[in-house]
Amino acid sequence: MSFTKLTVSTLALTALAAGTAAARDQVQVAGSSTVLPYASIVAEAFGENTDFPTPVVESGGSSAGLKRFCEGVGENTIDVANASRAIREKEIKACADAGVTDIIEVRIGYDGIVFASQQSGPAFTAFEPADIYNALAPKVVVDGELVDNPYTKWSDFNADLPDAEIAAFIPGTKHGTREVFEEKVLAAGCEATGALEAMTAAGMSEDDAEDACISVRTDGKSVDIDGDYTETLARIDSNPNGIGIFGLAFYENNQDKLKVATMSGIEPKTETIASGEYPVSRPLYFYIKKAHIGVIPGLKEYAQFFVSDDLAGPSGPLANYGLVSDPELAATQKMVNEEQTMGEGM
Amino acid sequence: MADATANSPRRHGSLTTTDPRTKRRNAAEARFRAYGIAAIGLGLFFLVVLATSIIRSGVPAFTTTVVSLEMNVSQAEYDEAESGMLKTAAYTKLFITKLGAQLREAGIGDDVQDDAIERIMGKVGSDMRSFYQENPDSIGETVTFTLNASSRVDGYFKGRVNRETLVDSRFLVATDLDVVDALTEAGIITRQFDWGFLTGKDAGVDNPGGAGIGASVIGSFFMMLVVLVLSLPIGVAASIYLEEFAPKNRWTDIIEVNISNLAAVPSIVFGILGLAVFIQFAGLPQSAPLVGGLVLTLMTLPTIIISTRASLKAVPPSIRDAALGVGASKMQAVFHHVLPLAAPGILTGTIIGLAQALGETAPLLLIGMVGFVAREYPGGFIEGFVEPNSAMPAQIYTWAARSDVAFYEKAWGGIIVLLVFLLIMNAIAIVLRRRFERRW
Repeated sequence: MSFTKLTVSTLALTALAAGTAAARDQVQVAGSSTVLPYASIVAEAFGENTDFPTPVVESGGSSAGLKRFCEGVGENTIDVANASRAIREKEIKACADAGVTDIIEVRIGYDGIVFASQQSGPAFTAFEPADIYNALAPKVVVDGELVDNPYTKWSDFNADLPDAEIAAFIPGTKHGTREVFEEKVLAAGCEATGALEAMTAAGMSEDDAEDACISVRTDGKSVDIDGDYTETLARIDSNPNGIGIFGLAFYENNQDKLKVATMSGIEPKTETIASGEYPVSRPLYFYIKKAHIGVIPGLKEYAQFFVSDDLAGPSGPLANYGLVSDPELAATQKMVNEEQTMGEGM
Repeated sequence: MADATANSPRRHGSLTTTDPRTKRRNAAEARFRAYGIAAIGLGLFFLVVLATSIIRSGVPAFTTTVVSLEMNVSQAEYDEAESGMLKTAAYTKLFITKLGAQLREAGIGDDVQDDAIERIMGKVGSDMRSFYQENPDSIGETVTFTLNASSRVDGYFKGRVNRETLVDSRFLVATDLDVVDALTEAGIITRQFDWGFLTGKDAGVDNPGGAGIGASVIGSFFMMLVVLVLSLPIGVAASIYLEEFAPKNRWTDIIEVNISNLAAVPSIVFGILGLAVFIQFAGLPQSAPLVGGLVLTLMTLPTIIISTRASLKAVPPSIRDAALGVGASKMQAVFHHVLPLAAPGILTGTIIGLAQALGETAPLLLIGMVGFVAREYPGGFIEGFVEPNSAMPAQIYTWAARSDVAFYEKAWGGIIVLLVFLLIMNAIAIVLRRRFERRW
């Protein structure tokens, strides 16, 4: 083994490493794994249809993406952060502290969150937020009293639901989906069952009661899934009584395995979500560093391409994959064209 | 029991009859052998189960369902397709209308509608567009295109989709399968080996047919190159110094303990370190195999150092003494006599370290190599280190998480490719070891 050869190549490599900390010519995107599929469709089409290189889209989650986004301005930071929720005050402040002041917020559309179970399992076809709350909350109201959740079967509290063990697979706390589930389902169910009232009547402060409303039971009937929907699907596959929470796009891609339940009588579909009838949905965003426009080639073009009617419109490939397109897309397009940052024109 | 045996007076029986004590000892040995065979059997059983399940789930990824069509794109049609923003979609549409017209004319499948064909076809536009971009002379001439069918039609041929479980959706409705059957009979839809899977790049989530593992194999290759070139010389040099030259004192003890501890550090920690040091501090590019390789080098070094030291220790001292005795310097003794004898062990350690590094995903997550990254082949050798790319395990992980089942199958196929890559690496190591092996 020639050590000289190895040493020389090592030195050459180190020199190379030092010399290449130079210009980056592709757009760098990171963030939400919910937005990732859509971003990958756009990135692929962007690379195929323009002269710019294909953007790099990393996954990792909304919070991780925004954290990296807020690390500062410069070529070794990302240009775009995908998020399945709006950026928080705290994050805007962190951004500003690192010098990232001009942020363009782009809403690309909506994502529906659906409750689904095994195709051949018990007939879970219709839920109310109250049902979900009764099944999953640590404390529920029975005969006007707030007690530790005694229910083990769905039929225990709602005779219309199947006589099946409660087993729910819900997204873990690091997911943006969890937040929507807590707000739109658990909190709503808490109010509908009268648990919120009972809690405040028992002397809890309003904030504490709201926090208690969105907690879930810890006796194993509700399982947090920290992975992605594929993992939830695997758990449902092996448990006929299991109820899982999925994104609309994921459900639509796996309709032969899953059957979906209505929420408050509304079936989750692109139309019902766009109109706001189906209650459990959320907007999806991406955030652009304005300081990088003009520095990183293709950044603005990528954003324009993303929100164009051809892609994000109701008959574009994103909608075909499962994105609920934004009725106000035209306003978003205008905002991107004018590079309107957050805080401007609001 | 034991006491009773010890205290009983020892009888000296005949050699031809086995006394109870010998019987017990023989039985114990037989039991132990049975345990050993059972353990090996169990291991083999799991290996067979694993291998069959990988092969059964992964092999379908190597074939694909394609639609062949002879068609003629006129200059006007070409110009129109090129005029829009989403040109590839225009090409897809062009293909669909032409196929629909041909089918209706030939009377294949009764009165096939274009929207049915749209569901049957994959995203074929980009293949068509790149063909015409490369061969502008073919415009206006009849060309045979062989393009991917949609992932669900592909699934129909692989048994993933069938009429009983199919739920009508905008991706596929039951009557489409009749069209598919008619097209198969007419020889328009066929199955073939999917070279694209081996040579291709990652594709968008709505285009499973176009996704391949090729680009990430290249990414893994460049990463392994960095790991090998950096960790082998550094690791071997460090172990030679520690084993042969360094004084045995408290400092070397501390170093030794730390190296052992470092070998046990979870790989994700190295990823965080890589992000902080290589990307944020040193300003190296994100998502680059170079950075991935550097991170994995840190991870592999302790493994290599430990195994190299073990194999240096295993060289009998008589070899060193003899070399020193005939007047060799310490360095000559090490490099001319000890190191060659230790080389097979060093190679084994290196290959174990590399194999570990090859399968690592966690540290890559933090330096931006997981996601939709392996989209382009590097432009050249140097670019291979610095242009964004993914690695095989990261690609498999990404595919497994996608909602279309076709990607799950690709993930299994990717595992097979990863294993083959690993076997090739191991084979090279064995060949090298044979060449270096010396007996004394």
